Amino acid sequence: MTRRDRVCARRAAPRILLGVLVLRADLVDEIVAHARRDHPDEACGVVAGPEGSDRPERFVPMLNAARSPTFYEFDSGDLLRLYRDMDSRDEVPVVIYHSHTATAAYPSRTDISYASEPEAHYVLVSTRDDAEANHTGHDLHSYRIVDGVVTEEEIQVVESYMFAHTGSDDVPDHA
Amino acid sequence: MAVTVSVPTILRTHTDGEKSVEAKGSNVSEVIDDLESRHGGIKERLITDGKLHRFVNIYVDDEDIRFAGGLEAPVQESSTLTILPAVAGGMR
Repeated sequence: MTRRDRVCARRAAPRILLGVLVLRADLVDEIVAHARRDHPDEACGVVAGPEGSDRPERFVPMLNAARSPTFYEFDSGDLLRLYRDMDSRDEVPVVIYHSHTATAAYPSRTDISYASEPEAHYVLVSTRDDAEANHTGHDLHSYRIVDGVVTEEEIQVVESYMFAHTGSDDVPDHA
Repeated sequence: MAVTVSVPTILRTHTDGEKSVEAKGSNVSEVIDDLESRHGGIKERLITDGKLHRFVNIYVDDEDIRFAGGLEAPVQESSTLTILPAVAGGMR
């Protein structure tokens, strides 16, 4: 069995999710509230966190410059300010979220072609009429998108990161 | 003229992981050519057939070059050139 065969075999088992996103419940609520507020247009934003922590902490809703039910895009000036702000705080976009307002919470071809943060968790929430809630209470899913390959990952919703395992650094910063 | 170039995560494979590198040039196009001479492969991630990719933004200081002369936008000594992938997508 080649390495490629093993990778394919793993992908063929859809309920075995390799990665995990640990996300605070209040951040889930913020993301969903933003998606509902902007419906039927797509909503978008990030949850920034300390570089290297993989811990989403600071909710940053962004304006969808496209103001469209089928497309989202950060305004280019907003994008520059966002990244400068994160840099000055030693943060990265741990989560990049957006909503699909008429389709499932799965990355579209457009989402995949634009995805360029290989270390981010791409969180999608669907606000369509027949959206199916999962254990998060919403139609909310998380993916890695690397080199055009989409991998869904488990979402663990927690009240606090204090006791959740979120990587090598288990001690939250309280600066 | 030496400018500082801020490199996004996805292109740091071309800069040995460096977030920020120096480059020379009097406009954006020259800076990118100079980058390519030391960080091979980076140019094709930004430009095809002389045009900036739709999903890449380049800023000279605070100005998106799409609104400032495109690849011919001038850079000054001590300017910062920031490369950022667009954050965008959609349902289709």
